[in-house]
Amino acid sequence: MEWLDTIIQGVLLGGLYALFATGLTLIFGVMRLVNIGHGDLIVLAAFLGLAVVEATGIDPFLSLIIVVPVMAALGYGLQRGLFNLTLGRDILPPLLVSFGLSIIIQNLLLEIFSADSRKLQVGALETASIRLADNLAIGVLPLIVFLCAIAVILGLQVVFYRTTLGRAFRATSDDQQTAQLMGIDNRHLYGLAMAIALGVVAIAGIFLGVRTNFDPSIGPARLIYAFEAVIIGGLGSLWGTLAGGVVLGVAQSIGAKLDPGWQLLAGHLAFLAVLLIRPRGLFPRAYD
Amino acid sequence: MARARTNAAFRVERTTRASRIGGVIALLGLALLATGPWWLGAANMRTVVEIGYYLALAQMWNLLAGYAGLVSVGQQAFVGFGGYALFVFVIQAQMPALAALPLAAVATAIVALPTAFVVFRLRGAYFAIGTWVVAEVYRLGFAQVSALGGGSGQSLPVAAVKAIAETKDGREMIIYWIGLGIAVGSVALVYLMLRARQGLALTAIRDSEPAAESLGVNNFRTKLIVYLVAATATGLIGALISLQKLRISPDAAFSVTDWTANVIFIVVIGGIGTIEGPIIGVIVFFVLRELLAGFGSWYLMSLGAIAVAVMLRSPRGLWGLIADRYGIDFFPVRRRVMLSEKPPP
Repeated sequence: MEWLDTIIQGVLLGGLYALFATGLTLIFGVMRLVNIGHGDLIVLAAFLGLAVVEATGIDPFLSLIIVVPVMAALGYGLQRGLFNLTLGRDILPPLLVSFGLSIIIQNLLLEIFSADSRKLQVGALETASIRLADNLAIGVLPLIVFLCAIAVILGLQVVFYRTTLGRAFRATSDDQQTAQLMGIDNRHLYGLAMAIALGVVAIAGIFLGVRTNFDPSIGPARLIYAFEAVIIGGLGSLWGTLAGGVVLGVAQSIGAKLDPGWQLLAGHLAFLAVLLIRPRGLFPRAYD
Repeated sequence: MARARTNAAFRVERTTRASRIGGVIALLGLALLATGPWWLGAANMRTVVEIGYYLALAQMWNLLAGYAGLVSVGQQAFVGFGGYALFVFVIQAQMPALAALPLAAVATAIVALPTAFVVFRLRGAYFAIGTWVVAEVYRLGFAQVSALGGGSGQSLPVAAVKAIAETKDGREMIIYWIGLGIAVGSVALVYLMLRARQGLALTAIRDSEPAAESLGVNNFRTKLIVYLVAATATGLIGALISLQKLRISPDAAFSVTDWTANVIFIVVIGGIGTIEGPIIGVIVFFVLRELLAGFGSWYLMSLGAIAVAVMLRSPRGLWGLIADRYGIDFFPVRRRVMLSEKPPP
């Protein structure tokens, strides 16, 4: 029963990792861009949520009404003003520019919010749980996060496969030049893709802040989890990303159960094992 | 046709006037620096060693990213491993620290090989983050070993420190010369590698991978060699860093900010894909650090902003601007055909 509990906790944690990773999968899928500042943007969203909560006193979940549009607008601006300038055949400019962005965001947050560890409070919900058996219970909050991850991925699937915008995304992903010939403005489209990605990042950031403590320095580790979930699941597949997040979450909670110092190490080792055995991930879709 | 060939008097040159003059100046400057212990203070000597190892780290990262297209964000794995290897050789194996220095480099080379086979499964940006994951595995792994001080690290025992040299001055003098040697050695290593056959292959890969492959360059092997050379040298630099600090801990030894972010900024600002770039970059880096040291995180923010601006405005860095404008080349790795005006005999 104890092990079942560990695995359930891991699966639910995986939902949070899937939320971290979805934005990364999305922008890679549409424009083959890997944003090293992704983790820091998640932390930025958490701090934005904190600022909104402190200023207005509303519930952290309600702060999403403000944080999601703000992050989406930031995403559109970043893409049009910064990342679009780096896109081309050479992988170095986007990589190094996003690396610079990561350092800038980290230090900006440090300057504004100090290095203190913070948390978003949601009151009784934090400790609420559903009893499944005598010594088996599921936290309500982790369950909400996991269900949200599924909802976000379902929503993105609908956008990608049922809308005109999604068709434009897929067309650009398949062949950018032909898509342009068909009248698609790829600069604007990339901006929209980044806006959606950062909208998801906003949700991920708020859930991060509600579930755990956060401080300006934890962004890079979130990027690494997101990246591991993407690679484990297979490039370009949204459901694969969810599976990747779950594999990572389960590996981490089993590691933590064996020895608290092994939590992160076990996650990384699971990632390396997948890389060695199935280098293209469990459910590969895109070729890079 | 045959006539034309015999008549065209030409020779292939590699050295340029700038490189000859620059070489002489550099040698003089180096000779002056080598006498540093007699006229630099202890604090300045430590700064020179720091500049030295940053230059060496930058040269190695540039060799990887600028020439072989292997953008690594995980070189701190080898800095930390080299440092820990030195401590293990000195404390566990009771070896003299100076003998442990080259052995730490060898040990790093040995672990770099399996590491390469894991990270080489990823390409481009994914390679970058993959190397970072590996560095994290190293950091977390070393933090688990209680014999090495676990998460809080350990110091080099006094007896081992005294064995380097009796006095503090003597020890700092030795470390100073080793630091200077590693800096010069890293520049020489990259220069000689690029002038050798390997360098031609590397330059071809830098310019176009498919074209290089089609001309018979074994891309995988060339990149693997570069990766191993850079890892080994980085391990040696890491060992020197830990010897200078006399203390090691997982978070400091495997710090991504110290050993990779700063190094990337140095190379990008100076000029990626050139030997001169890291030299310019390291100068800019230390000048900025002196000027902005009091501003804390604003310093790193401006460094990041400058690197982003350079990448967007002048992707070949400050050296690219200088070289384009004045056409100078201090480390000529290209061959140039010089036609002479001599009339045919």
